[in-house]
Amino acid sequence: MEHVPLSWYLILSAVLFALGVAGFIYRKSVLTVFMSIELMLNAVNLSFISFSYELQRIDGQIYSFFVMVVAAAEAAVGLAIILTIFKNRGTLQIDEVDSMKL
Amino acid sequence: MNLWLIVFFPLIGFLLNALWGRRLPKAVITIIGVGSVAASFIYVLAVLSKLYPLNTPYSQHYFTWIQSGFLNVGFDLVIDRLSAVMLLIVTGVGLLIHIYSIGYMEHEGGYYRFFSYLNLFTFFMLILVLASNLLLLFVGWEGVGLCSYLLVSFYFHETWATNSGNKAFIVNRIGDFGFSLGIFLAVAMFRTLDFGKMATAVSALPVEAGFGTLAVLTLLLFAGATGKSAQIPLYVWLPDAMAAPTPVSALIHAATMVTAGVYMVARLSFLYDHAPAAMEIVAIVGLFTAVLGATIGITQNDIKKVFAYSTVSQLGYMFLGVGVGAYSAGIFHLMTHAFFKALLFLGAGSIIHGLSGEQDLRHMGGLRKAMPITFVTLGIASLAISGVPGFSGFFSKDAILAAAYAHAHWMFWVGATTAGITAFYVFRAYFLAFFGDYRGHHHPHESPLTMTVPLMLLAALSFGGGYFNVPAWLAAMYPIAEHENMTPVIVSATFGIIGIIIAAFLYVFRPGTAESLKNAAGGLYKLVYNKYYVDELYQAAVVKPLKGIARVVLWKGVDEGLVDSGIVNGFGRAIRGWGSVLRHFQSGSIRNYATWVLAGCLLVIFAIGLFGGGR
Repeated sequence: MEHVPLSWYLILSAVLFALGVAGFIYRKSVLTVFMSIELMLNAVNLSFISFSYELQRIDGQIYSFFVMVVAAAEAAVGLAIILTIFKNRGTLQIDEVDSMKL
Repeated sequence: MNLWLIVFFPLIGFLLNALWGRRLPKAVITIIGVGSVAASFIYVLAVLSKLYPLNTPYSQHYFTWIQSGFLNVGFDLVIDRLSAVMLLIVTGVGLLIHIYSIGYMEHEGGYYRFFSYLNLFTFFMLILVLASNLLLLFVGWEGVGLCSYLLVSFYFHETWATNSGNKAFIVNRIGDFGFSLGIFLAVAMFRTLDFGKMATAVSALPVEAGFGTLAVLTLLLFAGATGKSAQIPLYVWLPDAMAAPTPVSALIHAATMVTAGVYMVARLSFLYDHAPAAMEIVAIVGLFTAVLGATIGITQNDIKKVFAYSTVSQLGYMFLGVGVGAYSAGIFHLMTHAFFKALLFLGAGSIIHGLSGEQDLRHMGGLRKAMPITFVTLGIASLAISGVPGFSGFFSKDAILAAAYAHAHWMFWVGATTAGITAFYVFRAYFLAFFGDYRGHHHPHESPLTMTVPLMLLAALSFGGGYFNVPAWLAAMYPIAEHENMTPVIVSATFGIIGIIIAAFLYVFRPGTAESLKNAAGGLYKLVYNKYYVDELYQAAVVKPLKGIARVVLWKGVDEGLVDSGIVNGFGRAIRGWGSVLRHFQSGSIRNYATWVLAGCLLVIFAIGLFGGGR
């Protein structure tokens, strides 16, 4: 039985990443934007793992663990920030959070 | 034997008084200020007695100051017979004036400041005299100019004093610009600034027939001298410099600094000897300055102004002397002038001190009873400057006029007439101050001993100074031309005595005649009284146009137009413009930022794809 070729994984990874980017830019809720970021990270993880398997090298897996750790930490901080925004402003509409300028 | 010690003492005096003088008691300031010059004077005497008879110059090299390409300028001091004379004048007369200042400045503010400036002046003057190359001489030259400025503006809270100080400084800048050009030309010509090496180099050249490079060089240096030594056309600062306290007028503006130009010409005689065209100009400028100063001196009413114009006039004589090649006569007159002119100023200071600041001759009169010592000493000085036989001025002025007679008869006759005018205006001031009835309203009193003792010593020198035979002492450096003709001696002495007699007639025996003469002269008197309107002429011809150019072109045009609104504000405008474009990137919207991040990423990926990655 023939195994799945590398290109399929990479195409899947690219599609997932593009979906993440699109969600990051076009979704209106801060929470969804945040989830899109996670999606992008996982898309990258997928390509890391694929290359690791294909090339029979361990580095890719190590990197994906790194990314997962960072993603977990980011989730903790990010969710805390989102909670605070909601508490202070009563909304999670990203266009209404526009005070990031002088 | 260390020559540097001579200049070192006044420097230390200056530093001590300048740094801590404010907190020191007056007695200590006096000891430092006067003691440093006294130490210098004593050390000069010790050095000279050891070096006597000083047949060859004695020089010391301390360190290399500038070493650049072919040019090597060292900090070298040299004593020869010429600088020996100058050293004795600067430290000796300087010491007497320092002592005099103790009394004169007693009730004035800024006692420590005064003495620190005087010490600094002495330091620079000694550098000027001892320097063995042109650049070191220039250091002293500029330094004394600075001290002159500081001391003329001594009463800095008065506008007239600071204006006079500025005038002295700026007018000197003009001359010194010429002087520095002269130095550059000397570097280009001789590739050295050392006097000895320059003399060797120039002796190989022929004497210039027409108007050549050497004439240009010497005239550029002479331009500096016209500034420093108050000659036409830059003499205008000296009368205004009388804003300084009187001891300063005596020390700087009569005895020492203003003679620096004469000293410089004598020091560089080897250059001037090779440029007869320049010599002729020096002599003519000196002669005309002598006439101009003397005639203005007749009409002035401020006693210090009379003596100031007299200084201008006498400096003219010295340049006439060096201009006709009688360097030793010029230096001789420089020395006797230092004695009698310092005495005239100090005597005037004594009168001013005794009259609580009164300087106007019209408010003096009959002072001979109240101030007997001043009366006698000032009389000796007046006789000396008038060239009465037996007094010092007679010998030196005679030496100059005899040389002028040998050079060109007309120069002698003009000079001799000026000698008569000199005698007249000096005795006019003398008679107005000491004879007749007292016309002021202060209570005249004789000055304290610290002031009268220097007066008496200077009176002795003014009388006997002529018996130091300076031309003979300098004969090895400047050969004496023998003038057997007795005509100039007799004529000039006679003119002097006639001048005194006329002054006595007009101001002692027939007072009132002068007034009617003045009215008879009318416009001529007015012209001379207003100093030939030279100040007004300079104001209209030089100062006003310069101010106009400065205001319209430099200030409004270059500074405000180009620098301010063009460059400085231009930068501001450009950055503001860029900023107004770039500020749109910072919208505050997260979505916007995210788009830019994405665009940046794409750009980086694109660039890597285009130019290749890290490998």
